[in-house]
Amino acid sequence: MTHNHDVNIIVAGVGLTPVGEHWEKSLRELALEAIVSAMTDAGGLKPQAMYIGNMLAPALSRQSQLGALLADFAGMRGIEAMAVEAGGASGGVALRQAYLALSSGLVSTAIVVGVEKVTDRVSNEVLTAQMTSSDADYESVHGVTPTAQAAMLMRRYIFEYDVPRDAFAGFSVTAHANAVTNPNAMFRRAIKPDTYAKAGIVSDPINMFDAAPLADGAAAVILAREDVLPGKLPHPSIRIEASSTSIDAVAIHDRPDPLVLEASKHSLDEAYRFSGYSAEDIDLFELHDIFSIYAVLSLEAGGFAKKGEGWKLALEDQIARKGSIPICTFGGSKARGDTGGATGLYQAGEATLQLQGRAGENQIQDAKVALVQCLGGTGATAASHVLARVDTG
Amino acid sequence: MSEQDGSILYKPTKNVGIVGYGAYIPRYRLPGSEVARVWKGGKGGTPVKEKAVAGLDEDVITMSIEAARNALARADIDPAEIRAVWVGSESHPYSVKPTSTVVAEAIGATPHTLAADWEFACKAGTEAVQASIGFVGSGMSKYALAIGMDTAQGRPGDALEYTAAAGGAAFILGLETEALAIVEGSYSFATDTPDFWRRADEKYPEHGERFTGEPAYFNHISSAAETLMSELGTTAGDYAYAVFHQPNTKFPQRVAKSLGFSPEQIEPGLLAPRIGNVYAGSALIGLTSILDIARGGDRVLIVSYGSGAGSDAISLKITERLEDCKANAPTTEAYIARRTEIDYATYARYRGKLSQK
Repeated sequence: MTHNHDVNIIVAGVGLTPVGEHWEKSLRELALEAIVSAMTDAGGLKPQAMYIGNMLAPALSRQSQLGALLADFAGMRGIEAMAVEAGGASGGVALRQAYLALSSGLVSTAIVVGVEKVTDRVSNEVLTAQMTSSDADYESVHGVTPTAQAAMLMRRYIFEYDVPRDAFAGFSVTAHANAVTNPNAMFRRAIKPDTYAKAGIVSDPINMFDAAPLADGAAAVILAREDVLPGKLPHPSIRIEASSTSIDAVAIHDRPDPLVLEASKHSLDEAYRFSGYSAEDIDLFELHDIFSIYAVLSLEAGGFAKKGEGWKLALEDQIARKGSIPICTFGGSKARGDTGGATGLYQAGEATLQLQGRAGENQIQDAKVALVQCLGGTGATAASHVLARVDTG
Repeated sequence: MSEQDGSILYKPTKNVGIVGYGAYIPRYRLPGSEVARVWKGGKGGTPVKEKAVAGLDEDVITMSIEAARNALARADIDPAEIRAVWVGSESHPYSVKPTSTVVAEAIGATPHTLAADWEFACKAGTEAVQASIGFVGSGMSKYALAIGMDTAQGRPGDALEYTAAAGGAAFILGLETEALAIVEGSYSFATDTPDFWRRADEKYPEHGERFTGEPAYFNHISSAAETLMSELGTTAGDYAYAVFHQPNTKFPQRVAKSLGFSPEQIEPGLLAPRIGNVYAGSALIGLTSILDIARGGDRVLIVSYGSGAGSDAISLKITERLEDCKANAPTTEAYIARRTEIDYATYARYRGKLSQK
């Protein structure tokens, strides 16, 4: 697979909305805010198709067929629209579907919307719905929760690599520090390593700050084929240089080494190959951090650290905004808030802002290439994208 | 101040006040640490230090009678002149058969009286007070008795089990000439907000977790308090004391702060840390504790909150008469001090949590 540079696909608009407990807003209202915001950002460019990333609407909003629902609500009756579900990777996989559609030549402009509405249900219903991302026959049937699964992986990691317990603190501290200046973040207070150390245990060894808060949110990006753009866009063009999704066994026990996220690794390898970039070229990595352990394993999968050494990047402050591989530059799921199937669109939107130089106080200096990846369940689905600035000079 | 001059406050034709008040708290206390011991492996904080638990022979009827007798002792009136006996609770012993008729009979207010039971989660007591203000203020009755009393239900293991407590208070409303505290004005605020509920025939309530906070408790209490004060032209600084519905320790502290009240203004009425949340009696029993120490000329603000949802806000001005009647019944502090600690097992037995069939 090589990059067909005759077809350049660009991010033409970004719409990010505040993550939080939006008691007063419904699923469609949340989505509409992101849609309107992205379309405004794209200077009114009209999408021909809508791809939606969502994880829990059928269970928590008793609503499927989001394609028709959201496109109609946005006044786009008649266009092609559909929802994609791949657990927490839904947003990234939806982005991939838009990329495929545009690459095919049959679609010239598309909007990709990520939306999640969870606060209309009490927590045990939300948890039950979240657990459907695990293997129902062999995992969730036993009552194991996503938190417990991440805890088992983290415990195994600590055991295998003889890692000190506080090695994970840096991931939470960095995420919270980055969220302070993100107006869309749910938690905008910095925390100290000491705060992390004192936090209550949720599922040993995961503490409160290792876990991301599931919340309501919606984000959207508009993609367009560079060759058919009607005119000049309001903001610098950002190209999608690679798009790749991959899957692994849903159940952790069906993987040869539970501490290797094979889907993540495979999709990132493909993304590197496709784009021609390597780990050294990446200026920032928006990764999946609903639990600290996934951030560590994702960094290892991307070749930013050797197996068993990903945690050291936090220790050396390499994941901070001024580090060698900044991650979760707007707070990630941990501090911005975990929006389930919308996560991939928040990541893509935030990476675009970074590459356009529109990240404000969160700006990574001279960011040219960004890697974006979200995961479904415990890493059974991985959706990776490489975004890069188009240097016209 | 009436509809004629454009105010949305409730203001009756005749000025009304409180002529008698009385509290009741059962003696048993279940420490939060006991609930944590059984359900949380002894870990985690508790929303209150301990809660009051009704004994085997107590219910909303017996407790209402106790509080009503205390209110009568302070009012020093003929109970036959009480033409309305209203009991607000979410723990009425019967689904069909009034609590209020038994209470009215026991205190000698029958038969020329309008006995009725009220229900609106935790504000059933204050709405009985609101209605009493109207009943007396219109001239329909010389006195009206309003009670907020509960033996609240908390599902074993639920977060509410730490706080769902027993107790409450009774108030006799009459004309301002006899009042120990004059009603300056009152206001009610209600919306359809489903934060906490118990369906018919269900034993324990359900709740919307964090939804019970911002859109429910805080929005309604703040809206009611702000409207009342703005319509009266008062500010937080004008009040010697304030009491807000107290489902736990933090909520009333937070809402008080946001409305501009100091910790000193709410401290005397903040009983939740020591007795828990007595639901329909929660704000009212805080008011009895304030009346036990207030002086003539003091202003007192009370704002209740009932899930579902609504708030009643009442502004009171203490008169010199209060001093003369305070000692005629036990103080609320005396009831709090009358304390027998029980363990979770005894609590489970007293509250009928052990199924024997």
